[in-house]
Formats: sequence, structure tokens, C-alpha cells
Amino acid sequence: MALLEVRDLTVVFERKGEEPFTAVDGVNFDVEPGQTVGLVGESGCGKSVTSLAIMGLLPKRGARITGSVVYDGTELLKLSDRQMRDRRGRDLGMVFQDPLSSLNPVIPIGLQVTEVLERHRGMPRKEAMVEAKDLLDKVGIPDPNRRLSEYPHQLSGGMRQRALIAIALACRPKLLIADEPTTALDVTIQAQILSLMKELVQDLGTALVMITHDLGVVAGLCDEVNVLYGGKVVEKAMRHELFAKPRHPYTHGLLASIPRLDAPRGEKLTPIKGSVADNIPWEQGCAFAPRCPNALEVCTSVTPAEEDQLGRLLRCHNPVVPGTPAAEEVPV
Amino acid sequence: MTLGVTKKEKIDALAENVGVSLAASAWKRLRRSPVFLIGATIIGIFVVLSLLSPWLAPHDPADPMLIKQVVKARNEIPPPQPGHPLGGDLQGRDFLSRMLVGSQQTLIVGVGATLIGLTGGLILGTLAGAIGGWVDSVVMRFVDVMLSLPALLLAFSIAAMFAHPSQFSVILAISIVQIPVFARLLRGSMLAQRASDHVLAATALGVKRGSIVFRHMLPNSLGPVIVQSTLVLATAIIEAAALSFLGLGNPDDRIPEWGQMLGDVQKVFDTHPHLAAYPAICIIIVALGFTLMGETLREALDPKNRR
Amino acid sequence: MLRYTIRRLIQLVGVVLVLSLLLFAWLRALPGGPVSALLGERATPESRAALTKQLGLDQPIIVQYFKFLGRAASGDFGVSNGVQPGDSAMEIFLQRFPATIELSFSALLIAIALGIPLGYLAAKRRGSWFDNMSVIGSLIGVAIPVFFLAYVLKDNFSHLLGLPSIGRQNGDIGATRVTGFFVLDGLLTREFDASWDALKHLILPAMALATIPFAVIFRITRAAVLEVLDEDFVRTAESKGLTAPVIRRRHVLRNAMLPVVTTIGLQTGALLSGAVLTEKVFAFPGVGEALALGFERRDYPVLLLLLIMAAIVYVLVNLLVDLSYALIDPRIRTR
Repeated sequence: MALLEVRDLTVVFERKGEEPFTAVDGVNFDVEPGQTVGLVGESGCGKSVTSLAIMGLLPKRGARITGSVVYDGTELLKLSDRQMRDRRGRDLGMVFQDPLSSLNPVIPIGLQVTEVLERHRGMPRKEAMVEAKDLLDKVGIPDPNRRLSEYPHQLSGGMRQRALIAIALACRPKLLIADEPTTALDVTIQAQILSLMKELVQDLGTALVMITHDLGVVAGLCDEVNVLYGGKVVEKAMRHELFAKPRHPYTHGLLASIPRLDAPRGEKLTPIKGSVADNIPWEQGCAFAPRCPNALEVCTSVTPAEEDQLGRLLRCHNPVVPGTPAAEEVPV
Repeated sequence: MTLGVTKKEKIDALAENVGVSLAASAWKRLRRSPVFLIGATIIGIFVVLSLLSPWLAPHDPADPMLIKQVVKARNEIPPPQPGHPLGGDLQGRDFLSRMLVGSQQTLIVGVGATLIGLTGGLILGTLAGAIGGWVDSVVMRFVDVMLSLPALLLAFSIAAMFAHPSQFSVILAISIVQIPVFARLLRGSMLAQRASDHVLAATALGVKRGSIVFRHMLPNSLGPVIVQSTLVLATAIIEAAALSFLGLGNPDDRIPEWGQMLGDVQKVFDTHPHLAAYPAICIIIVALGFTLMGETLREALDPKNRR
Repeated sequence: MLRYTIRRLIQLVGVVLVLSLLLFAWLRALPGGPVSALLGERATPESRAALTKQLGLDQPIIVQYFKFLGRAASGDFGVSNGVQPGDSAMEIFLQRFPATIELSFSALLIAIALGIPLGYLAAKRRGSWFDNMSVIGSLIGVAIPVFFLAYVLKDNFSHLLGLPSIGRQNGDIGATRVTGFFVLDGLLTREFDASWDALKHLILPAMALATIPFAVIFRITRAAVLEVLDEDFVRTAESKGLTAPVIRRRHVLRNAMLPVVTTIGLQTGALLSGAVLTEKVFAFPGVGEALALGFERRDYPVLLLLLIMAAIVYVLVNLLVDLSYALIDPRIRTR
């Protein structure tokens, strides 16, 4: 049985006097114990909202969540606020995007690590401090004893993110959700943090849901990849499959818009034309149709269904035939 | 050179556009804010009433026409009667007329104090913020000294200076206290502007300092100043009442002012509470109106709230 | 930190010196003047001139000021000629200061004890009925003239609540005096009924005085909590599964208190000026009442001393607030 089963997860934001907005639209995916799953897409595709819905961190008012999120046999969406608090930090950990704003500026790093140990593992403060020191050490923070009494503004960006990882993994959760954990960091630090996360999830046997817009991150880390567009999963495949033979025109476009070192000199990059703002609602066809080089007439009238094609899920009327080069160059 | 001029003009136009779009978007949000509309309605009625009050008032507010009904020994004043729906005051003058005419003087006190405080603050703040250096130091030390006494206490001290207190001395006392507040506000905002990109760009293009100050920095600093002015309109009216209460207000009550009416009847609060309650409630409503406008204005002008 | 404190203290001395010179010149220019105050308006020119000379008022202002400074250094600020004729200004200040501290402190306590929790609740339930009502209430709170509210409380509520309508009585119940703070004295000497009596005399004036600080603290707390609730670190705290009270105390309030602390310092100003009005209404024998009487009776020596003291207290409190700010915010402390 999968560790996490997300079924038909839908999140609709409702504000007074405004049209309801469907941020996540019937998302399905599984995470096996110890597996690393990627959720990939542009900003606004619903990947962060998906993670917050799983964690139960969306605001109570204004967000309507339907579907099912089963963790280790328990339906999370049906848990009470108190029961969910018992799970968060113990069974599910989360790492956020901006490490500076994600740490409390006015309390020392040590307390920010120990408070989760005290809460879920019932450790007294002293014991928790020793454990916190080990944790900081494990995530590669030098001189952990000194760092415990320091404040977030005294740490470098990379170290702050390491501290956040230490906090998320403090109670050895079986599932870690990382929401763009490297986006706010320098490129060299990004690589360090990614290899640290890879190492840690392997050592601890933690399953990881990696949320990113960066296919480079996915390539180095994930076993399975879900590509999201407009709140729906448009393609789901094992990492090698996806990179070797992208079938959905969106995935294809994402891969084609990455600069490659091994590309022939002078070859132009092929960006995806338009932006997420050009979406049409899924009820009237495929949301990606206005930006899609493969679009047919049917794409703007019939919503494509999710189809299982040899172990890969695809939501497209006219998928890319494996082996075709990138779409025609788009004048920018 | 012509190129340079056109570029400067472009930047000026840009700066103005920034101001316009900010004002436009703020106005758009204000129009939809019920709180702002309530405040604006209160103030609208108040202003119209105070402008028309000389014609609306049924009697001369200074005429002790009901003096025969005032019995000092028994602490009796004229009760409500035909032609005098609110009765008379301690001197037998028609209370309704005094309330109506009082609105005008109240408006004068509020607007006068705000304008004088604003002008003084604008001059000091612009000097400090635009020139900087020793001018800034001198101005700010002066401001520090003025801010070392709580505002109202300073206003009391200033008012106590006048040999013959009058409406003017009341306005002056209240307004002087506001000068350091406006000066600091403007200076802070100007200093932030000086470091901003559009001012740097204008400086780099060789736009004259005066032009930068008056066309770029000042217009963009005005938002907080307008908000503060609206709030000062409210406090000025309340402070005028406090001055009268301490015997530092205008002793000439032939042309009444609400604060003065409220402060002057302190000896009979317990026996004739309505003489205090009417002006007090009017002051509270008008002050609330200005505050509602000021607070919603502040929110509307705050870039953090923009979408 | 220490250097900063010393620099601020030196600044304080400078500000107070300049202010005292201004006030000195200012109050000398007061209408009427002490001569008229002492002799009355109808005194003969000869007796006026004699008294003017006797008081040293015929000398240039700057000479008078330095003489004043010299005497002030030894605590001699002159003799009252209006508030309590014959008593020295310092005596009046020392005798009345504890009463005002007691009153302001109670008012501040009320304002904080109500303002912070209500501000937090309003922010938590943003847009709710409770939130809207309390915001409007706080706006009305700052719009009410303090002395009018004081009269309303005095005339209507003292009966209703069975509380005395005038300020504390000076020793009429034979209580022992230790510190001059009546409530504290009662506790120290175990004369609890004296404490209780002093407290009853405090409640109404303190309520009147607390309105504006309460309204301001409420609104600042509400705004600060709203801002902090949106912060990423609160979401992190939630993602750790911490209990609601821990998140409230350690993560939300701890950060939201930073602007509130500054506000509390500035509210000393509202308390000092409000005390003048409130103490007058309740005939509360504190510094504020003395100031009100001083303005009325043009009592220079008393006004000068009390205004300088008010400035010192105001500036000192704000210095303390700035220093305590550094204690709460490590970003300032460890810079």
C-alpha cells in the first residue's frame, strides 16, 4: 500500500464578491514509502496549493477542499484540527521556499528545533537541545553548539535552509514535502542542499514530495514526476521515461526551453509561447490549448481525459510523437 | 542637449504618472469602501451645515433673549419651548442656534490649525529632507525639543502664553504642536525618496535640485501628509475643547464653538448635562468622520494593500 | 548598547536644557505674571515695582535663567504662588508625583490588559462582527474628549458602581504612609482596607485616562498581529504541528509585540496630558491637577518644574522603551 494516496484532490478558493477559483482540479498521485515524487509546473499551476492541502495548512475559511488524502491508511482531510496538529511535524514534515522568512526572527535557532521535539517526542528541553545539536550537525551546519543560540539573521541563506530541513526531519517523519526548497538560494548552494536532501531521505528512508518549477531539480532527485498544468496533472511518468520521451506538448515544451550544454552551437531555445494567464477553463477543452503547438480543433471543445499509456498517464488529444524535435521556433 | 531635455521631461512625466496612477487606484478602492463613505458623508453634512448655519440658525446665537427664564439661585435655565426646541443656555441664549453656528467656528478651528501646522511642517520638513547636512541637523534638533513634551501638554503651555486668549491663540497653540509631526513625516518620506531609483535617475540626468524636490520628491511624499492632515482635523477639534476646559480657550463666547461650549459648562455638567452632551456628541461624530476618512485613506494609499 | 544608552542620555540632558530655557522665557512672558497673581490686579504701581524687583523680574531674561539654573541644580525651583501658595515647587512635585504615577500606571495597566488580548482576537477574526465592532469602538474611543468622558463616568457611573466620585483622599482614613503610593502602602503595612479604599478612588479616573491608550494599543496590536499572521514563519510553526497556544505566544505575539512596545512608550504622552484633564475632573491630588491649577493661576515656579519633569519622564520612558525593544528584537541587539 502506498504511503500517501492523493485522490481527486480539488481546492476551490472562494472570496466574497469574486468568482470561485479552482486552484487544484482533481489531482491524483501516490507516494510509495521511501520514494521521491516530483510535482512540476509553472507558478500558478497549483503545485504549492496541493502541498498545503495535504499538510492541512490552507486557511479554514475561503478554501474548499474535496477529494481524499490518505496517509498510511488515515484519511487526513477528515481529521480534526487537533488530530492534524498531532500529525504535522511528526508524520509529515515540510520545507518551505524562503528560508529567511520561514524562520521566526526573534527566537534562537535552537528553540525552533527543540520545540518540535518537545511537542512530538515529549523530550525535556535539555535532552532536546542535545538532539538538536546532533540534527544541526547531521544537516551539515558547522559549529552546531554555537548556532543553537544564534538567530536566523545571523546565519547564511544555505545554513538557514539546512536548519529548516533539520526542523522538518527532527521527528523522522515518513513523508517530507519540500516546496521549492532551493529557489531562493544561490546556484552553488542549491546543489549542496539538493544533495543533502537526497542523502538524508535515503538514510532515513523518508518519502519525499518535491515541488519545483525546475526540471533540473527533478532530473537529479525524483523517481516519478507529475507535471501539473492549470491545476490538473497533465502527464505522469517515471523520471527516465519522462525525460527521454516527453509526450505531453507542455512537458515537451518545458524540456525544450531548458538551455543544454550539449546542444549544437547556434541552436535557438524554444520557449513556450504565452503565459499561464492565457488558460482557458478545463470545462471548455484543454487549458493548455491556447499555448499548444499541437493544438487541434477538438482541444478547444472537449476536455481531454486522463489516459493510461504503458505505465504513463497522459491528458492530451494530440500527444507529441516520441522523437520529434522541439516545436517550431516561436518568434518572441 | 535637446535630447537631454526631452529625457528630463519624460522622467517628469513618468513621476507624475506614478502619482496619478497611485491616486487613481486609491480613489477606486476608496469609492468602494463603505467606511470611507460613512466618514465622507459625516464630513460632507458637517461642512454644508457649517457653511449654511448663519442662515439656518433661527436666532442670533449671542442674544440673551430668554434671560428672564434663567434663575441663577435655583440653577434654572430655559427649558425647550416653542421656537426654542433645545431651550436656552446659561445666559438665556437659544441653544439650537448656538449649536448650529458653533459648527462653523469648529470647522474654522480644525481647518485653521491643520493648515498652519501643515505649512510649518512642510517648510521645515522640506528644508531638512531636501537639503540635508547641517540644515537637517538643526531642524531635527528643534523638532526633538518640541517632541520632548507630550503634544497636548505643549499646546496647553503655548496657549497659556497669550495675555488675551482668543480664537486665534487657540488655533495657534493647536497648530504649532503639529509642526514637528508633519516635519518628521515629510523628512522621512523625502529621505526615502532621495535614495529611490527615479530620483537617482533624474539626478544622473542632471535635473536641477529644485526641480527634483518640487516635481519628484514632494508629490510622492504627499500621501502620508494628506492622511496625517485628515487625522489632525479630528484631534484639533478635540484639543480645542480641552483648552477651553482648562480656561485657556477663547473667553469671548458671543460666536460659539463646540469645544468652547463643552469646556465652558464644566461647572454644570451634573445639573444640566445636555448643555455638555450636545456639543460633545457633535465633536465625537465629526472627529470620528475625519478619523474614518483618514484611516481608510491611509489603507488605500498603502502600496502593500494594492492589487 | 552601553554607548548608545550614554549617547541618548546626553541627548536627553541637552533637550531638557533647551526646553527649560524655552519654557523659562515662555512662562516669563505669561500674561498677568506672578506680580499680579500675588498682589491682585488693583495693586499700586509702587508696590508692583517693589515686588518685581524683589522677585528679580527686572533683570534680563538670560540672567534670570542662569540664576534659575544655579538654584535648580540644588533642587530649588522657587515657591508656589498659586497652586499651594507658600509651598516650594519641589515639595509640591514630590508630594503629588506618586499619586500621578499610581493613576497613570493603573490606566496603562487597564489599557494593556484589554488592548492586547482584544487586538489579538480582532485580528484572528478579521472581518467578523466582533472585529468590526471593536475597531469602530476604538475609533470612537479616541474621538471622545477625555474630560467629557471623565465627567460622564463621575456623574453617572460612580453611583451605579458604588465608587467614590473624587480622587484619592489625603490620609483621611489614617493609613500609614511608606512610599506615597497608597495602594502599595496598604499592602506593605498590611492595612488592606486602606489599599482597597485607595484602589476604589483610582478606578474611575484610571478608566477615563485609559481610553485613548487602550484604543491606540488595541489598533496597533490588531494591525501587527494581522501582519504577523501572514508571515511565512507562522506557517512553518503550523507545519511543525505546534499547539495553538505555543504558536500564539511564541510565534505570533512575540513578533507582533515589537510595534506595540513602541506605542506603549508614546502613550506616556497621552497619559501625561490626559492626567491634567482627568485629575482636574476628579479633583485627584496629582501632578496633573497641579498643572491645571498652575495654568489657571499662572503659577510660574510650579509650571516650570512640572513641565520639565513631564519632559524628563516622557523622554526617559521612551528611552527605556527603545532599550527594551533591543531586548525583544535580536536583530537590533546583535547588530
